Amino acid sequence: MNVEAKETMNVEAGQKIKFYQTGTLTVGNRLLDEDLRTVQASEERSNAITSGHRACQGCGEALGARYALDAAMRAANGKIIAVNATGCLEVFSTPYPETSWTLPWLHSLFGNAASVASGVAAALRRLGKADIRVVAQGGDGGTTDIGFACLSGMFERNDDVLYLCYDNQGYMNTGVQRSSATPPTARTATTPAVGTAPGNIFGTGKDVPRIAMAHGIPYVATASVADLHDLERKVTNAMQVRGARYIHILVPCPLGWGTVTNATIRVARLATESGLFPLFEAEHGEIVASSPIRRAVPVEDYLKIQSRFAHLFRPTRDDAHLAALQAIADKNIQRYNLLRNDHGNDARKEAA
Amino acid sequence: MNKPFATTLDVGSSLANHTGSWRTERPVYVDRMPPCNQACPAGENTQDWLYHAEEGNYRTAWESIVRDNPFPAIMGRACYHPCETSCNRGSLDAAVNIHAVERFLGDRAIALGWNIASSEERSGKKVLVVGAGPSGLSAAYHLTLLGHEVTVVEAGAAPGGMMRFGIPAYRLPRTIIDAEIARIVALGVTIRLNEPVEDIPALLEREGFDAAFVAIGAHLAKRVDIPAPDAGKILDAIGVLRELETGESMPRIGRRVIVYGGGNTALDVARSVRRLGEEAIVVYRRTRDKMPAHEFEVSEALEEGVQFHWLRTVTHMTGESITVEKMTLGPDGFPRGTGEYETIEGDALILALGQNVDTHVLDSIPGVEHSADGVVKVGPNMMTGHKGIFAGGDMVPSERTLTVAIGHGKKAARNIDAYLRGIPYVPKVKPALASFERLNTWYYSDAGKTVQPVLEDVRRRSTFEEVVGGLDETNALFEARRCLSCGNCFECDNCFGVCPDNAVIKLPDSAAIERSDSAGSPHSAPFAIDYDYCKGCGVCAAECPCGAIEMVPEEI
Amino acid sequence: MKTPIQLTPPKGPVELTLPKARQIEGSRAIAEAVGLCRPQVICAYPITPQTHIVEELSAMVKTGELMDCEFINVESEFAALSVAIGASAAGARAYTATSSQGLLYMAEAVYNASGMQLPIVMTLGNRAIGAPINIWNDHSDAMALRDAGWVLLFAETNQEAIDLHLQAFRLAEELSTPVMVCVDGFILTHAYEEVELPTPEAVDRWLPKFQPRQVLDPAEPITMGALVGPESFSEVRYLAHRKQLRALERIPELSAEFNATFGRNSGGILRTYKTEGAETIVLAMGSINGTIEDAIDELRRNGHAIGAVILTTFRPFPYASVAAALKNASQAIVVEKSLTAGMGGPLAADVTLALANTSTPVYSVIAGLGGRPIPQASLESIFERARDRELPETTFLDLHWDAVNQAITKELSWTPHT
Repeated sequence: MNVEAKETMNVEAGQKIKFYQTGTLTVGNRLLDEDLRTVQASEERSNAITSGHRACQGCGEALGARYALDAAMRAANGKIIAVNATGCLEVFSTPYPETSWTLPWLHSLFGNAASVASGVAAALRRLGKADIRVVAQGGDGGTTDIGFACLSGMFERNDDVLYLCYDNQGYMNTGVQRSSATPPTARTATTPAVGTAPGNIFGTGKDVPRIAMAHGIPYVATASVADLHDLERKVTNAMQVRGARYIHILVPCPLGWGTVTNATIRVARLATESGLFPLFEAEHGEIVASSPIRRAVPVEDYLKIQSRFAHLFRPTRDDAHLAALQAIADKNIQRYNLLRNDHGNDARKEAA
Repeated sequence: MNKPFATTLDVGSSLANHTGSWRTERPVYVDRMPPCNQACPAGENTQDWLYHAEEGNYRTAWESIVRDNPFPAIMGRACYHPCETSCNRGSLDAAVNIHAVERFLGDRAIALGWNIASSEERSGKKVLVVGAGPSGLSAAYHLTLLGHEVTVVEAGAAPGGMMRFGIPAYRLPRTIIDAEIARIVALGVTIRLNEPVEDIPALLEREGFDAAFVAIGAHLAKRVDIPAPDAGKILDAIGVLRELETGESMPRIGRRVIVYGGGNTALDVARSVRRLGEEAIVVYRRTRDKMPAHEFEVSEALEEGVQFHWLRTVTHMTGESITVEKMTLGPDGFPRGTGEYETIEGDALILALGQNVDTHVLDSIPGVEHSADGVVKVGPNMMTGHKGIFAGGDMVPSERTLTVAIGHGKKAARNIDAYLRGIPYVPKVKPALASFERLNTWYYSDAGKTVQPVLEDVRRRSTFEEVVGGLDETNALFEARRCLSCGNCFECDNCFGVCPDNAVIKLPDSAAIERSDSAGSPHSAPFAIDYDYCKGCGVCAAECPCGAIEMVPEEI
Repeated sequence: MKTPIQLTPPKGPVELTLPKARQIEGSRAIAEAVGLCRPQVICAYPITPQTHIVEELSAMVKTGELMDCEFINVESEFAALSVAIGASAAGARAYTATSSQGLLYMAEAVYNASGMQLPIVMTLGNRAIGAPINIWNDHSDAMALRDAGWVLLFAETNQEAIDLHLQAFRLAEELSTPVMVCVDGFILTHAYEEVELPTPEAVDRWLPKFQPRQVLDPAEPITMGALVGPESFSEVRYLAHRKQLRALERIPELSAEFNATFGRNSGGILRTYKTEGAETIVLAMGSINGTIEDAIDELRRNGHAIGAVILTTFRPFPYASVAAALKNASQAIVVEKSLTAGMGGPLAADVTLALANTSTPVYSVIAGLGGRPIPQASLESIFERARDRELPETTFLDLHWDAVNQAITKELSWTPHT
């Protein structure tokens, strides 16, 4: 052994070993270089939405909004203006006299967030403040339903706006009604679990990320609160380009999905690992990357921890619908090539 | 700006809304007992030193080991590592190769000449240690660190006891033993060799010792009566191993040597015989999976060409062969004779059936009791029936392993220290076990264990070179980083990140260290919950990889 | 050769060139007036009869005649006003225009802009609302959103339309409230009339650079558009009311200042026409006042003591000014291009309330719905009947009673199939 060796790790070994215990799976990691940790790991994160908001316990949307906006804030050196559609996020964050936002933030209406953001972006461009970037955000109702026309307009004009859709798969603010993002069979207040085809109807709904891609905009991605590194990377990627950008983020709702409050991230993870919520990126209408499934699970594992799908299991097991839901996942797995084995969290592969 | 009333608000004003009042359960940071730590007979804080090794702070890691065990390089080779048997990672992919990291650290310490600083404060008390085996040396080491003056007297010509005379060199090179013992001597321990002690109380009296720790081990080989009318060569395993260690030249034992027994000593001796160029045949009365020897010893022996005859008992020996009775296992797992016999060729028989304690030195001491097989009775503080005389290692009731002996040395040292200071020794209360079920293993990178290099077969049949190689730095670092840090925060920032209410605060390092000390844990979480805002959703606890957060009901 | 409009006003003394009268389309005139106000963001969605205005503006931006302005083609009127809301909140002077269905399609944004106190100026090319779909002029659209919290100004002529836009930006930005300038579709928007447009220099002096009350700015972040509950909603609404009352004070002051600056008497709360000694006073809004004035001239020649009040400011509603203007009349006739089915004329209702403390009767004449011509003769006939105290409380001008009666008969005879 080299007697000259230092008493602590020698640099060469440190560089050679690319394995960091939890790699990039955790929020931070003391073994990783600071610039490889997430924004959320830093005390310097902006906390775009701060404490004291009135979101339910375990709210995925509150989390997703902070994740995404803090990443955008870092990418834009803190120069972000946010426009918010009506919805849970808006209601729980800004009841007079308290607001939880720490960045300049505007709420106008339920269906016009994309347009208002277009207006903000146009003003900034005209006022010579293009260094200030615009983010629009809304829930799935405000995005895929009532705000869809404005969203599509913002896309086709290629306005310089990053639109973040926080998808909790229903109108949760008004008491859990169906939206065009509600998955088949899910029970909502307007798709009750009664009759021969309980819950939301098969063959309905729309795939807005793919519709966004069809606009040919520079950047479209899906993300999840269960994969923070991926989410932040995508927001950062989106902030590197000008023009219309769209990130569709899965944010579980304990209330609407019927999950225990601590299961928010777990259920989001299962959505991805089952193939029901594929994570991918597209540029100018073409898929450029997808995140392979790390530990594949059947859709049942995802469904059975949510009471909105309870009727698929009780009083009798609904094999036909379970198979149909599995088929959706299988189609995603095929379409986005999700079962290839090249995820970045195998230490041997990291080292290679 | 002239902000309109109510519709336009000053940012961040929701901090006035203390949502903590919603909570019915509160998250609390806990420190749990990692299974590796719990399993370590020497009481090593395994997780703690792995934590430092992960960061490449090898000296800090090594210093953590030697707080509990002065023999990292020896441990990394000769310990049967119950830490790995209990390692939670075993339920995920494969247990962390803890011993290999320990060996890496131990070897590095030897190579770089790291030493241990003794306490400046001296007690003025003198302690006698009888026996320079692992237990005695461990006790001497810890007593010295505690400020006492220690003298070790040893009957043999070299210190180390079973480390030197019971473990073959191919598993534990002698240079390693010498180096780690030298460090204890450098600390200020006096070792007197070739000095059999016959009257301990007299020696205490004569040299003014305030207490004694007796750790003379167990080296009287157990015998069974095997008829050998033709004066067959019957040896005992410990004797053979000792001869190998001390003999001037390699002894000639026989051409086909039969080893009788199924423990680690049986395999040590069989494998040593192979290295002398002879055939070695192990005869054991039960099956392979019932052998007390460790599986790796069996498989390495098989690789080296040792033959095995399972389900056989030796009934008779001639100069040319032995007669064995075939056995079957009863439903209780114990062997039963079948009445069928067979003959195995062999010109020497080595009995490896265990050892008894040679108690004659204790027999004259008033108050000291022992059982029929010589095992000495000690109290929970390891003191014998004679005030001031403590005992440990293989001579007291225990599992007879190197690491248990070293643990005895530490435990005895703490009790002797308390005895000398006239205060009771109160061990720290151990926290609850960090079980596998408490982990969220999603977050750990996929990583199978690192395999240590192994010496090629031909050299293993002819030399006593070390069979298993060490890890290089990158491997060791990799292996350390496979640690899951069960039950104790390892600063992954998950709680800080996943809280939907920003109710987790990062503490300055000093605050965490303070709490760590008060909790007696390896490394307390450098985080706190802001109960003003925490709504008690439990996401932090659910997403903590290592189970270091517990949800506790609020008293409402 | 058109004069390019530059963002930065020229420094130092400026030689004011006297404007020349030009014969141009109303939409073009309005577009140029808007251009002189240097809007920074214009959003447009085509709807007849407003379309020519934004077409002209798009050309002005594209050619560089109007510089430093974003022109955004949006996908709906809802988006158009929403873009303006965003632009205004970010500190830009924002403008849009719409008509009829378009105004209704953006209805919630109309309320939103005023609730947020954003000084957006919007031209409303007045048009009927369907069904039945009808592209022609009346005031149904403005009336539908008369309570949305905007200042509503009605132009009588294209010249006044120009002047009202100049005044609208001043008023909007001074008070931080949105202003809608109503111009009759086709009658004004598509009419070629001689108008005078002020010089850019003069407008720059009239209208200072936009200084928003509140602005989205990372350097000084605020939350705009908070949720307000029962504990404060009334106060917010009351303050909106107060702001409208303040506008009622500022509108005549600005009109006077405008007159002093540009030498034209336009805008303000209302104008009177030959009301001195008038027993009957006709009150109306918008372009119909031209015909009414002609009718009054004719009737006056015949010795009929009749005059007119041309109401420019409809919201906030100037109860006191209306009452004062009608003080000496023995009867008032409200001619309006809108009908609240089941109620009657909404303007008449407001005027009635203004005269609540008097014994002056108010007669309502519903005229010109969906672009129906309002012949001077028909008006004269109505006014003569009024003089003779023969006018019913509500009159539907030139209604084809045979068609109406046939439909009623048919309706009454219908029975459901069994």
